[in-house]
Amino acid sequence: MTDMASPDPGQEHAAPLLSVRDLHVTYRGAEGGVPAVRGVSFDLAAGETLGLAGESGCGKSTLAGAILRLLPKGTTVTGEVLLNGEDVLTMKPGRLRAVRWTEAAIVFQGALHGLNPVQRIGAQVAEPLEVHGRAEGSKAKVAELLEVVGIPARRAAEYPHQLSGGQRQRVLIALALACDPSLLIADEPTTALDVMVQAQVLDLLEKLQRELGLAVVFITHDLSTLAANCERIAVMYAGRIVEEGPSRDVFRSPAHPYAAALAAAFPVIGDMRYRRAPSGLGGDPPDPRAIPSGCSFHPRCSVALPACTTDEIELRIVGPGRRAACVHAGEAVSAG
Amino acid sequence: MTVSGRRVAWRRRRRAFAAAWSDYRHSTPGMIGLVVLVLIVAMALAAPLLASEADLRAIYAVDNPRWATPSEYGPLGTDNLGRSVWAQFVWGARISLLVGFAATVIAIVIGSLVGIVSGFFGGIPSALLMRLTEWFLVIPFLPLAIVLAAILGPSVWNIILVIGITSWPATARVIRAQVLSVKERLYIERSRALGASSGHLMNRHVLPNVSPLILANLTLTVPVAILSETTLSFLGLGDPTRASWGKMLDEAFSAGALTRNAWWYYLPPGLGIMAVVLAFVLIGQALEEILDPRLKEGRS
Amino acid sequence: MTEPLLSLRDIHVRFAGRKGAVARAVDGVDLDVQPGEVLALVGESGWGKTTLARTILGLERPAEGEVRFRGTALSYDTASLRRYRRAVQMVFQDPTGSLNPRQTIYEAVAEGLRIQKIPGDEAARVAEALSRSGLRPPERFMPLYPYEVSGGQRQRVVIAGAMALEPELIVADEPVSSLDASVRGEILQLMLSLVRETGVTILVVTHDLGLAWNIADRIAVMYLGRIVEQGTTEELLDDPRHPYTRALLSVVPEMDRMTPQVLQGEAPDPTRIPSGCRFHPRCPVAEERCKETDPELQAVDGVDPGHRAACILLGAP
Repeated sequence: MTDMASPDPGQEHAAPLLSVRDLHVTYRGAEGGVPAVRGVSFDLAAGETLGLAGESGCGKSTLAGAILRLLPKGTTVTGEVLLNGEDVLTMKPGRLRAVRWTEAAIVFQGALHGLNPVQRIGAQVAEPLEVHGRAEGSKAKVAELLEVVGIPARRAAEYPHQLSGGQRQRVLIALALACDPSLLIADEPTTALDVMVQAQVLDLLEKLQRELGLAVVFITHDLSTLAANCERIAVMYAGRIVEEGPSRDVFRSPAHPYAAALAAAFPVIGDMRYRRAPSGLGGDPPDPRAIPSGCSFHPRCSVALPACTTDEIELRIVGPGRRAACVHAGEAVSAG
Repeated sequence: MTVSGRRVAWRRRRRAFAAAWSDYRHSTPGMIGLVVLVLIVAMALAAPLLASEADLRAIYAVDNPRWATPSEYGPLGTDNLGRSVWAQFVWGARISLLVGFAATVIAIVIGSLVGIVSGFFGGIPSALLMRLTEWFLVIPFLPLAIVLAAILGPSVWNIILVIGITSWPATARVIRAQVLSVKERLYIERSRALGASSGHLMNRHVLPNVSPLILANLTLTVPVAILSETTLSFLGLGDPTRASWGKMLDEAFSAGALTRNAWWYYLPPGLGIMAVVLAFVLIGQALEEILDPRLKEGRS
Repeated sequence: MTEPLLSLRDIHVRFAGRKGAVARAVDGVDLDVQPGEVLALVGESGWGKTTLARTILGLERPAEGEVRFRGTALSYDTASLRRYRRAVQMVFQDPTGSLNPRQTIYEAVAEGLRIQKIPGDEAARVAEALSRSGLRPPERFMPLYPYEVSGGQRQRVVIAGAMALEPELIVADEPVSSLDASVRGEILQLMLSLVRETGVTILVVTHDLGLAWNIADRIAVMYLGRIVEQGTTEELLDDPRHPYTRALLSVVPEMDRMTPQVLQGEAPDPTRIPSGCRFHPRCPVAEERCKETDPELQAVDGVDPGHRAACILLGAP
């Protein structure tokens, strides 16, 4: 699981495949709006991998849904989501449907629920093909997709419960690839899988990314997995990006205290600093309905200043390609 | 350390009850049902104040006009024997409600016990209990009730017994299903790991988690029991010495009140039964809405 | 060598699988747990680890073999089990599910005391258990319901409930895997401090080698119902000998010093355990003889005298 291939330097000047600008997503709640995403911006070039790290309530799954406008009715979305230059948020429904799956696709989490338990695997993988008018030769395409993800084509006739968790996750990947998208959004694709199976799925994603030139947004709470599999990482907390930069740097020497706490939750084996010294944060990640004032991390922050309770901090530059939203950014914050 | 754990728990429970009551008050249908029920129960309890019991006896009614309309005699006129319909209505409410509640209590107690024990233990005892339950469920209520009433003889307490015996299986079934699911929950396993006995588990964990369901079942069983009593009395199996709404309907029917259009005789008991049943249904629905979020463990 | 606190000898636990097949969830396990240590039982999902944990607690009966606590074999009548459960407690994976949502935190912690009919001031013991688990001041938490506190705090309540009985051994089955990542550290810290302060012994069941590195003194690696390697944490994670352990370690992210060995396929289900060495179908270095011999745990030449692995190719790089 070494680094993915870096993008061609010439491409850095080309328009990014995905460009998210100042995205705000507010759900309709019983007592007013619930802000799930509060001003997120990032770019993703073709063939690049971005890891989105965060825990429950940070808005990462909402962000994934927003990119393809898969959010429930009544949700307010502002900002821009430029996919190949077109704003997904202002697309007409017809164009949106055409774009979904053919340009960008999502691999959902929880292989248990992503598949219809009473439909055969082959039929489910064929569905996007039918929806997008590519039903011709779909059987062959389904067989090809299954082989690509490492499932023998003859198993297309089976039902989800006959497959193991790892195999179901692969089917979901095959589903996502059905219409040859250029962007894959993987939402917790390896959570709830065994360590070895996780490694298999990650290997598969890396192979696909290499061979098909896919751009991947990898969403998970496991910062160490992102460090090993993505070029860049963005850490989300309470609906905002609090740190972003090259993955190794963010994991090994995080600049934001939350990123540091998250990194410390994944001890590096062999590193004596982690031996018999678990470090963790008190409290819970904030409920989007009750986000603390000022810097939303201040209640759990060990280096909070009085100003942190009132002032929201913007992302500031802490190094080449690195930014962090902390008043201490620029000073060294230890990784624990 | 002066804080007593039990007192703390009770305080929380009282507060939870008060919160539930305030929720209930906001439910219009629930309040309507409650008001109607309270009125009818109050009327039944106040029967001696509202109508003399003597007015129920035919021998004392010899001098009364027969089939008198409400404008001619008393609040609700008289029946074919000159007895005051109002007196029958008010006193009859007592029997209908008494049978309804008492039979329900019997049914719920037996049903819950069977449901909890068979759901919790499984194996042969459960299989036996379930076969028994199913036997009762399969036999049609009316023939069974008729046979039992005929064997036991017509008296209020026997009717209560009959209805109770024939109603518990439905409760048992529902409770057992819930117990089966509660039994698998992790906190039961944890309690076992702490050394709990089966009795402790059933009493402290299963029962409290099943009690909302029991309550809901109760509010639905009472109207069924009242209707059963009505049916049995209407068929002449009720206690002939006591007035009840079902008996009123029976006598109205056989005396030809329908053809005579003596609406004051058959409408009051009919409407009365409808009102009680509806009241319970409204209360039951309101309770379900309130208890359900609590069943979902407080917060989504 | 002191007498082990808990001693498992040749434990076999079998379940009836579908169509009459027998699932050998635990297939011959010998294990000693020393007093005051933290032992991590590591392995992937399947029935082995959790079944073994439940067998240690007496919630499962082994088909063969013996569980010995303080030298005495476990007997399964109600009274003995209840006494045993004073000394051996369990912390489950899901803190929310482990607590009855209709019981206050006070009642949840007091339950064990009441079941075991422990004399003395119940309220004082509950307060002490809560404080020791880091829920201070305890009075603030006693009247609350589980849904009113955070996930990490719920797990602390469960731990308090177990500690209230002053057990000698706690079996923790994936104690932090359902908690948010940033919160896990505080629970692990709590467990370590309990060991330091009360001398309690902890057996942690987990799939996470990083967690073992964080808190465990020794590790035992399970595969398909058998222990395939055991030893001190430092030695086992620095120099793993069994091919399965090596593969598991190699795929941990950030494991730069090893080439990742991603094993193909998945572990077969416990009704179809391979003949010979159960790992041979997936083993990257399997030889012909591995199909015939079922290896025992043997000592490995290393710093730790207790380092053992079940592989006939020991010594081979």
